[in-house]
Amino acid sequence: MSIEVRNLCKHFNGFKAVQDVSAKLETGSLTALLGPSGSGKSTLLRMIAGLEIPDSGEIHLTGREATYASAKERNVGFVFQHYALFKHMTVFENIAFGLRVRKQSEKEITDRVYELLSLIQLKGYEKRYPAQLSGGQRQRVAVARALAPRPEVLLLDEPFGALDAKVREELREWILKLHEETNVTTLFVTHDQQEAMEVASRILIMNNGRIEQDGTPIEIFDKPATHFIAQFVGETNFIDTEVSEKGLAVWGQFRFSVNPALPVKQKIRIYFRPNDVYMTAQFETLQVRAKIAKTRFKGTIIEYKLDIGEDKYISAQIPKGVALASGFKDGQDVYAAITAFHVFPLES
Amino acid sequence: MKETLIVTLQSQQIGEPARALTEPRWIRWALIVLALLFIGFFLFLPLAQVFTAALEKGAGYYFEAIREPAALSAIKLTLITAFFSVVFNSVFGLASAWAITKFRFPGKNLLITLIDLPFTVSPVVSGLIYVLLFGLQGLLGPWLREHDIHIIFALPGIVLATLFVTFPFVSRELIPLMQEQGSEEEEAAMVLGASGWQTFWRVTLPNIQWGLLYGVILCNARAMGEFGAVSVVSGHIRGLTNTLPLHVEILYNEYNFTAAFAVASLLTFLALLTLLAKALVGSKYAQERVVLPTTLESDLL
Repeated sequence: MSIEVRNLCKHFNGFKAVQDVSAKLETGSLTALLGPSGSGKSTLLRMIAGLEIPDSGEIHLTGREATYASAKERNVGFVFQHYALFKHMTVFENIAFGLRVRKQSEKEITDRVYELLSLIQLKGYEKRYPAQLSGGQRQRVAVARALAPRPEVLLLDEPFGALDAKVREELREWILKLHEETNVTTLFVTHDQQEAMEVASRILIMNNGRIEQDGTPIEIFDKPATHFIAQFVGETNFIDTEVSEKGLAVWGQFRFSVNPALPVKQKIRIYFRPNDVYMTAQFETLQVRAKIAKTRFKGTIIEYKLDIGEDKYISAQIPKGVALASGFKDGQDVYAAITAFHVFPLES
Repeated sequence: MKETLIVTLQSQQIGEPARALTEPRWIRWALIVLALLFIGFFLFLPLAQVFTAALEKGAGYYFEAIREPAALSAIKLTLITAFFSVVFNSVFGLASAWAITKFRFPGKNLLITLIDLPFTVSPVVSGLIYVLLFGLQGLLGPWLREHDIHIIFALPGIVLATLFVTFPFVSRELIPLMQEQGSEEEEAAMVLGASGWQTFWRVTLPNIQWGLLYGVILCNARAMGEFGAVSVVSGHIRGLTNTLPLHVEILYNEYNFTAAFAVASLLTFLALLTLLAKALVGSKYAQERVVLPTTLESDLL
C-alpha cells in the first residue's frame, strides 16, 4: 500500500510544525524521515497515522483519500518511541489487543499472537508484563502489537530512541530483516542519520517543517540539495569565500571551480567532507602544502587538522590502515587536495 | 572488599541513620514521647471516649439507640445520599479528568478552578446557595411550589448539597494521575482500531482503577459525614430529613448523650473502615504509580 501526502500543513499555537509537505512512498518501501528535533517529522508521522488532523492538505493511503479518516479506519500500525505498551496487560494481551477490538475468534487471535511471538523471538514471554521486559524486548513487543492486525503501513516514531547503542544496533538489523519478511510499507522517524542511512532505501530529510531533500542515502550524502543538508548529514568542512572571477573561487591556497553563472563577488559557502581531502606525504598532483596541526583517533579512521597557512585550517580523514602505513605525525609537512565539494551561494 | 562495602552501606540504610544526621538520644526520645502524647490526646482519647460514652448504659441501650426508627431513617437517608454522591461524582470526576488531561480547549483553567470551588467555599454557604435558589423565597421557589416539587427540606436538596460539597474528590484524585500517565496508551489503542468506548474500558479505566477507587472512598466518607451544607437544606425533620450527623446533633441537643454517642459510634466505625480501605487501596495505588522507567520528555513535534 502506498502513502501519499499532498501540501500538508499543521501548526500548533502559531508554531508552524509542518509546512506544505508533499511526498509519495511506494508499496513495500522502507523510508526514513530524518531531521533534527523540532523539524516536524513526528507531527508528519502522526498526521499519517490519524493522531493529528492537518490544517490543510491531503493524505492518501493506497489511492484512497484518508485525510480526515479516524485512526481506526486507516489500518496503520504505529510504534511509539516510549513503546506505549499497555502496562496492565501481559505480552500476549498487548499483541492481541488489535485483534480483540476487531472481534476476531479466540483461535485466530492465539494463532496470530504465537506467530508474532516467534517473529519477534519472544516465545515463552507471553505471560510477562511490560515492566518485566528489557527496553529492547518492549520495543519488539510494540512492533509485534502494531503488526498483529496486518496493517498496510507501519509507522515508527523514533523506535530506537530510548535504547542504548548496542541494542539499537541489533534492532536495526532486526527491523531490516522484518521488513524483508513482511514487506509492509514502512516509514520511520529518526534523528540519527547513521540509522537512516543503514536501514532505509530512501530518506526524506526535514527541517523547519519542510522536506529539504528526498533521495537515496548515497544521493543525500553525495549531492546535498541545501545548505542545511550539507552541514546536517555526515561530517563536513565548510568555508566562506566569494567568487573571485568568472567560474573561480579562491580560499587560501585552494582554488575551486564554481558555476560560471555565479556573479563575481557573490558570497559563497563551500562544503567538503574530511574524507574527500586527498592527503599524501609526497607531492603528487594539484595539491597544496599543509602541515599536520593535530591528530585525532576516531576508531577505524584518523582525523587530521591541517594548517594550510594564513591561519586557515581544514580537517581530513584517512582510514586507519592507510594513515599508519604513511606514518603521519603532528607537525609533519604534507600535501592535500580537495577532491569533491559543494558550493552554495550565501544571502548577502 | 567490594562485598564488605555493600554490607556496610546496607546496614546503614536499614539500621541507625548516619551519625552526622541524627540528634542525641535524649532529644530523639523526647520528640517521640511528645508525638505519642499528642496523638494520644487528640486522636485516641476522643476515639475511645466515643465508644465509652456510647456503651455507658450497656449494650442493650446502645443497640436500642441505633435501632429506633428515627436512627434507622437517618442511616437510610445517609446511605441514599452517599450513593448518589458517589455515582454522580464518579461519572463527573472521570469525565472532567478525562477532558482536562487528554484534550486542549479554551477555558480549561477556569474549569479546574471551578472544580476546586467547593473546597474553598464554607459548607454552610454551599447549603445556602440551594436555599436561595430553590427555597420558597428563592429564585425558582414560586415555580417549584406551583408544580409541587420539593427540593429544599427534602431528599433532593440534601443530595444536591452533598453533591456540591463532594464534587472535587474524584476528579482531584484522577487529574494528576491521568496527567502523569499521558495519552500514549490511548493513542496506541486508537491506532490499533479500538473505538472510544473500547479504549476507555480496556485501557484508560484499568490504568486508573485504583486512583478512582481511592477518590470514591474519600468522596463516600465526606458524603456520609457532611454536616454544614446538609444542615442548612435539611430542615431537621426527624425520621424524614435527618442524616446521621444531624441526628447526632439533635440527640446531643436533647441531652440524650448516650444515644448521641451510640449513633456517633456508627460514623466512627465508618471512619475506621474508610481508613482501612484507604490503606489497602493506597498500597495498590502506589504500585500502580510506579510507571515504566521511560524518559518523560517526548518529542511531540
